[in-house]
Amino acid sequence: MADTPAPRVRMLIHGLDGLRRGQPAELRVTLAHPMDNGLRHDGFGNVVPRNIVTRFECRLDGDLVFAADLYSAIAANPYLGFWLRADGPGTLSFEWSGDWGFNHRETRAIVPA
Amino acid sequence: MTRCLPVARALVLVLRLVQVQVLVSVLTLAALAALPARADDGRRSGLQFMGPALQALQRDDGQNPAMLWVQDGEQLWRTPAGTAGRHCADCHGDAPRSMAGVAARYPAWDAASGGALNLPGRINACRQRHQQAAALPAEHADLLALSAYLGLQSRGQPLAPPDDVRLAPLRQQGEALWQQRLGQLNLACLHCHDQRPGQRLGGAVIPQGHATGYPIYRLEWQGLGSLHRRLRGCVVGVRAEPWGTEAPEWLALEAWLAQRAAGMAVETPAVRP
Amino acid sequence: MKPLPMLPRRRLLGAAAGLGLALQLRPAAAMSAAPTLAAVERQWAGGRPVTEGRVLLDVAPLVENGNAVPIRVQVDSPMTAADHVVEIVVFNERNPQRDVVRFTLTPASGVAQVQARIRLATSQQLVALVRMRDGSQWSHHVDVLVTLAACIEP
Repeated sequence: MADTPAPRVRMLIHGLDGLRRGQPAELRVTLAHPMDNGLRHDGFGNVVPRNIVTRFECRLDGDLVFAADLYSAIAANPYLGFWLRADGPGTLSFEWSGDWGFNHRETRAIVPA
Repeated sequence: MTRCLPVARALVLVLRLVQVQVLVSVLTLAALAALPARADDGRRSGLQFMGPALQALQRDDGQNPAMLWVQDGEQLWRTPAGTAGRHCADCHGDAPRSMAGVAARYPAWDAASGGALNLPGRINACRQRHQQAAALPAEHADLLALSAYLGLQSRGQPLAPPDDVRLAPLRQQGEALWQQRLGQLNLACLHCHDQRPGQRLGGAVIPQGHATGYPIYRLEWQGLGSLHRRLRGCVVGVRAEPWGTEAPEWLALEAWLAQRAAGMAVETPAVRP
Repeated sequence: MKPLPMLPRRRLLGAAAGLGLALQLRPAAAMSAAPTLAAVERQWAGGRPVTEGRVLLDVAPLVENGNAVPIRVQVDSPMTAADHVVEIVVFNERNPQRDVVRFTLTPASGVAQVQARIRLATSQQLVALVRMRDGSQWSHHVDVLVTLAACIEP
């Protein structure tokens, strides 16, 4: 399942264009990550160790808007959808962290119409 | 011992074939009946054998996991490669303009090598000849990314295998393979995909097997993969020894499948179970 | 090589049914160590009542492939500072572990709706549990049928 190599692009973010001042809009994020659940065995019978993303946070100007704690039951290349209301321009941060010190964070400057 | 093993494996797979899930079948029939009737040649994309949630996964670029690879391909298109230090856009310019409809015309004849090439083969030929870069191995992330990105530039257009007489022997070979019984299950592709689409193999609905969306994000792989990989999975699935990686049989099948699906819309990058 | 013995069809079907039962029982046996769904729900509820309602767990009743199942949870809530969803939790009945995902929402979320793609090992029940700022707790239980892939690719 995790045999297909991961692409170098780590994350897709959809919905930033739909942000309007003071109005909630939906954002969807997809992260490239195998989400190995720690229950698979390789060809030699050894357990492939767990390697999952465990936390996602979206912050607006540093303040937490939305967070998710992910477990092995989240599918590979984790996908999350959530809503956000921005009242004016700011900086959104999207941060994923997980097993083996995994961390990926990107920011986007937003100017809601 | 070697005599028992085929029986055990065959029993497991016969189990799957005879296993009757009545409620599941009823729901599936209801779902298929809800599809709009089409006054055409009866060909259906694998998309239409999936439930609404999976169809939405393919149709919504905001949800389709394959878009990770497509974005990758878009970046690779403008990333220099090889000792020539050129990237694809140096020769081809913007892909949405120059590559529109190109993927729909593969496999195609390649005069320089005197043989046919599928799209990944064409990408590798370009890398070697014009970028002085090494060919990428099959299922390499970069090769899948570029294939997906270029395939997307043909999305919605009809598959248009070239009207090229030089491809005829390969297509005929592919058609013969399609009809040839393989493996311990002694099944030919046509037994499932021509004669029994819509019926079930175990819990899975059998599609018609049109290769309209490759490379696909396959849920079983939890990743993107090529048509070659999918065909190999089917050959192993009927318990046959798969042909070698470079064997001509795979391209023959691809060429035949392109002809078989000619006129159907390209769906790349598709999602399949 | 001697030809394989011809098995009478009824015996073959009987053996097949037996194998089918064994295959379906296997996942349950492997998960005997994990707590039950009811136990984790009780633990989450912390002794306070949980009412079925106000939350919708939207998932296809029939799933073709358990590797990637889209789910959506939406809660009837104004999402104001005084009245908003604090936490949405999804648990499952028969995966190796009960936890699926835990969402934290704030008034800045604006709308109490979340999406994810999850894995389901087999047909089972899912539950979405919601805690509001005022401490009230709500739930929605859904049964999902999961069909398994026919061919396991090596």
